[in-house]
Amino acid sequence: MRLVAENLAGGRGGEILFSGLNFALSGTEALMITGPNGAGKSTLLRIIAGLLEKTEGHIRLDGAPAGFENVDAACHYLGHLNAMKPVLTVEENLRFWQLFHGIAHITVAEALERVQLGDIGHLPFAYLSTGQKRRASIARLLISYRPVWLLDEPTAGLDKTSEEQFAGLMRDHLKGGGIVIAATHLPLGLDNPQELVMGGNGHVRTRRWEARS
Amino acid sequence: MLSLFLRDTRLGLRAGGGMLVGILFFLAIIAVVPFGVGPDLKLLGRIGPAMLWIGALLATLLGLDRLFQADRDDGSLDLLVMASERYMLALTVLVKCLAHWTTSVLPLVVASPLLGLFMNMQPSAIGATTLTLLVGTPAITLIGAVGAAVAVALPRGGLLVSVIILPLTIPVLIFGVSAAYGAVEDPAPFVAPFLILIAITLFFTVIGPLAAAAALKSSAD
Repeated sequence: MRLVAENLAGGRGGEILFSGLNFALSGTEALMITGPNGAGKSTLLRIIAGLLEKTEGHIRLDGAPAGFENVDAACHYLGHLNAMKPVLTVEENLRFWQLFHGIAHITVAEALERVQLGDIGHLPFAYLSTGQKRRASIARLLISYRPVWLLDEPTAGLDKTSEEQFAGLMRDHLKGGGIVIAATHLPLGLDNPQELVMGGNGHVRTRRWEARS
Repeated sequence: MLSLFLRDTRLGLRAGGGMLVGILFFLAIIAVVPFGVGPDLKLLGRIGPAMLWIGALLATLLGLDRLFQADRDDGSLDLLVMASERYMLALTVLVKCLAHWTTSVLPLVVASPLLGLFMNMQPSAIGATTLTLLVGTPAITLIGAVGAAVAVALPRGGLLVSVIILPLTIPVLIFGVSAAYGAVEDPAPFVAPFLILIAITLFFTVIGPLAAAAALKSSAD
């Protein structure tokens, strides 16, 4: 499996934020998108997810597993918002997303264990703290299988321990042949990810995370 | 899809769903009519079907603007739009409309016979009005879905949604009320306007979700 973006350009409200962007990721590889605020990190993720129209270029998934030929169908998207209903319990929320997304991977109870929320699944989502909400939303990535994870500031609100646990979950996903694309300001604890540095002026370059001093 | 229907129904029934607000609003409209037109029982009985229809129409419009906005506010809408490979987006919209109708509009239809008594309506007129409401109100929800989808990105789109869709719901109102009158007043036909009402509902079952899906797709940012 290989996710390829060629000569990608995108923008918001008619203003081009980046152009001529190329990257290719095979299964087990991660890409970290870094750059200052307003450089277009979230825009790039939303373009890959198919939520925004790209100005030009192509994104394709070569050799995708059956059922995931289309890029948006192959992606899990974790945005700034958690996509959970405050009046429903955590379990109800997750069970809904599992049924809606299909392709069940692990059970809701197991996923809640993995994010250390096993004992509060029965609480309404509104009662959770910011970090717990984020972890519940990370559990959504685990309950249905998607080969590509698109993560927008995934660790916002997480404490040190949860960050490490989340890094473990991402490493497991990569080990299973998945792809992770994350927009972030912090190192996510992944081994040797590719890095895409987006400048504020549409300037883009790629490098290995190690190269950063 | 069943899971989406069940989730939306559950949301509608829990606190803040707005089901009770709709019924109370409907009750308030019908309850003030006799004060406005005076205690003429004959007159009340004659305008009853029309007042019930207008009350139900306005009460239906009340919660419609939240149809997609609640999902947009918590980020669910992005995931629903992304799933359009698995489920056609128009189908998702249709299921959301059905769930909204079941939780917010069906209770109005159920309450309308009781409110018909307030208006001194004959039993046959009450029955006919309830039946036409049952058949006609889905069309109002489905037209409203288009307005709700267009205004989804606006922070205070509530009134705008009503203003956009009210003119479009006038045919539903005309044929709904004329079918209800047809059942009680002898020369007026019942079957013809009732069939047209059904046709309007079926027409918007197809057009409404498609238009709303197109509006939602282009409003993503």
